Amino acid sequence: MRFEVVVKAACGNGRARIGHIYPVIGGVPTETPALILTTRKGLPTFISPDLLSTLPSPDSCLLHVSPMHFLEIPSTTTVARIGGVRRMVGLQGNYLFFASPRDSIECLPSSESSNKFGPSFETPCGRHLVKPAKYVEMVSALNPDVWVSLADEVPAWVLAKRNRTSVYRTVKWLDECIALNPKNEMMLLGAIVGGSSIEERKRCAKEVSLRNVSGFWIGGFGYGEGIEERPALLDAIMENLPDDKMRQISGFELPEILEGIASGIDLFDSKYIYHLTVGGFALVFPLNGVNEYEDEVDSQTCDFGSDGTKINLRATIYRKDTSSIVDNCECYTCQNHTRAYINHLINTHEMLAQILLEIHNTHHYLGFFCSIRDAIKRGEFNIFYKKFLQGRRNLFSTPMQFSAACN
Amino acid sequence: MALRFEVIGRFNRARAAILTLPHFLCQTPLFMPVGTQGTIKGLANSQLEDIGCQIILGNTYHLALRPNAELIDDMGGLHNFMNWKRALLTDSGGFQMVSLLHLADITEEGVTFQSPVDGKPMLLTPEESIHIQNKIGADIIMALDDVVKTTITGPRIEEAMNRTLRWIDRCIAAHKKPDEQNLFGIVQGGLDPVLRDICVKGLVDRDLPGYAIGGLAGGEDKGSFWRVVAQCTASLPDDKPRYVMGVGYPLDIVVCSALGADMYDCVYPTRTARFGTALVPEGILKMKHKAMADDYRPIDSTCDCMVCKKYTRAYIHCLVTKDAMGSQLLSYHNLRYMIRLSKNLHMSILEGRFPQFVQEFLRLQFPKGDVPEWVCNAMEVAGIDISSCCFDCSSNVSTSYSSDTDSISYSSTSSSPSSTTVASCACFDVGRKAVVKSRSLVGIGTKRGMRRRGGFWSKLLMRSTNDYRRG
Ligand SMILES: [Zn+2]
Ligand SMILES: [Zn+2]
Repeated sequence: MRFEVVVKAACGNGRARIGHIYPVIGGVPTETPALILTTRKGLPTFISPDLLSTLPSPDSCLLHVSPMHFLEIPSTTTVARIGGVRRMVGLQGNYLFFASPRDSIECLPSSESSNKFGPSFETPCGRHLVKPAKYVEMVSALNPDVWVSLADEVPAWVLAKRNRTSVYRTVKWLDECIALNPKNEMMLLGAIVGGSSIEERKRCAKEVSLRNVSGFWIGGFGYGEGIEERPALLDAIMENLPDDKMRQISGFELPEILEGIASGIDLFDSKYIYHLTVGGFALVFPLNGVNEYEDEVDSQTCDFGSDGTKINLRATIYRKDTSSIVDNCECYTCQNHTRAYINHLINTHEMLAQILLEIHNTHHYLGFFCSIRDAIKRGEFNIFYKKFLQGRRNLFSTPMQFSAACN
Repeated sequence: MALRFEVIGRFNRARAAILTLPHFLCQTPLFMPVGTQGTIKGLANSQLEDIGCQIILGNTYHLALRPNAELIDDMGGLHNFMNWKRALLTDSGGFQMVSLLHLADITEEGVTFQSPVDGKPMLLTPEESIHIQNKIGADIIMALDDVVKTTITGPRIEEAMNRTLRWIDRCIAAHKKPDEQNLFGIVQGGLDPVLRDICVKGLVDRDLPGYAIGGLAGGEDKGSFWRVVAQCTASLPDDKPRYVMGVGYPLDIVVCSALGADMYDCVYPTRTARFGTALVPEGILKMKHKAMADDYRPIDSTCDCMVCKKYTRAYIHCLVTKDAMGSQLLSYHNLRYMIRLSKNLHMSILEGRFPQFVQEFLRLQFPKGDVPEWVCNAMEVAGIDISSCCFDCSSNVSTSYSSDTDSISYSSTSSSPSSTTVASCACFDVGRKAVVKSRSLVGIGTKRGMRRRGGFWSKLLMRSTNDYRRG
């Protein structure tokens, strides 16, 4: 596979850019900024492959896979014998797999247990330390399209010394991963850490850029850093990365993704969708990012955490609501089912509720990425971003930073 | 009457038919997945259509609790509410109350039960059950019957049967949409052929669109089970669908279809999927078993479903019971298995190769030839020669004869006059006449049954030995 920047950062867009990801053999390119769908063992949590194909393609074709999900079974030999993750989960053709240990949901870094040999993760099957050799073995068996080197992610509150160590280890493990890399057709993204220190972030970005990597994976966000320090940290990293390589970040939710895109990030994960879905939420904000939704918020929905961008279908007001989640939404859920039915499914703890919500939320979020890309193509991303924030200003207690960097 | 039932193929008692319901044209024999609360657990409607599901069963008791009948009615009925375009069937709600609520009490008025919401006593009358089912709007609705465990004996069985007959008139009177919904009556009467016969006659006199055989699949022995089915199917009208409630396992469905039943429902395929069990032609496959971890084959290499086309047992093994997707994929496969089984029953009857289909089915399920005795007996009544599947009988005929559960149950039932001798009618072909006779066979039923079975077994023994020699 191949990555190419087709619309470079320009005035009106800040550092936001459009890229194309081409699969190895033919196929339609996937445009970035894009969403990598979070999976459990290679398949979306609730969307089976036949229903996955109802989502827009190729937008829905980027899938995350965590080698940590396969620590116990199946063994790496079994995965390799099946023919890698693509065959194992039955998704071939346009689908591209991105392997990295952290899934931001169940498999999280456990920095206090990491040591010089490798990072440690809390997983559904306990805490596990993964050394580069074992990791490369697991990744090779999965044979994804893209893989990310091991990172020593630490929370923002660790001492400067520990933070510095994390950069040192992350770069060292990258070197080990490169040395062990058995397959050149898998693109390697070098992990960048550095916590809340601008200096360490810069140092890490520079070091990783010197290595033979196809792109970058930015870790360590969403671990206690202040919202106000984020833009400067992102800038510190981006200023030190080459323009022509792919950039992925983990752990950004809805308002943050715009901040990420503004700073030049191409790929995001979808843990946000997962949390919405299991909480009974459905995304409803207008895809062009402009308000209108304020009047939808009332006291009844607020109790359930609805905030104008999303509604909680568990709320009693949807009991007899025969409308679809979003008018004119073309997703399988909205084409077939009402809010009332989903409310009933949630109340009776039926799994179909999560299936339908994950489909709608993924569809909606992919649509949002699509309108973001349209704005970038028009050279109007900054306006888009500003409008989106204005529309939400009254709805969010935490003010959002808007970095209209135009360089 | 809002249905048409056309038998388009037969083999002895077995029939293949087209059942035209207001929302869908179904083929029988027919398996109906259970969608208790307006959804089949873990599957979307389009997936159910993809695997060929023709009709879904909804549980009135659960739907009346949540979201409740008025709301479903406001939403334009259950079809609209769940956006299911094909057929639906609802049960009466009575069975759930008796089985789920310990405090249910049945009187002539109806079923009294404690509301699971606020603990207040509530009453489900036949009128109320039909009223709720009219609101839900399924293609087929079930009469409220007086359900008793099949393992209960004594006068309670007779009372329940008689009450079921009294309630059917109240159901018919209460049914407001006979042009849109088909009310099925339920045959009760426990394991007593005389009571079953009275109930069948009573219901047939009411000329209902279809009939169900109730009170089975409740822990009775298999010998009694198939005999009740055989008796009822023999005396129910030929031109009406026959539904065996709560059945079942693939083997039960094959046997009941051979005996002339048409419709089945069971939570088994989806429930067992959630526990990690896959249905395969050879029986079941425990996907949690360690052996699956390195098994690169599909669940069932003869299955045409999405799951079998895409996944290895090894991958399913790592999903089952841990991830939601495991139960989704296994439910998908298991339902496809049941629907394919129904379809194969239909086609093989239609194409005149029903015995071959049954033989092949039994050969895969019982590769050692140890087909249970009750199946052999039922197939003899159904006129299906399965001797080629029982090649192992020669070696253990004497032990299985004396120790199998079927013959034990024989001797125990014959000592209790109220549940006599279902046995005898099994050995005869014709339902009705045999049943009338059966009561006079009290006491000698055992001997007579044994003698006949002895003949049956010796014949079998000879055949299988010959087969063995030839092989
Ligand atoms: Zn939608
Ligand atoms: Zn299958």
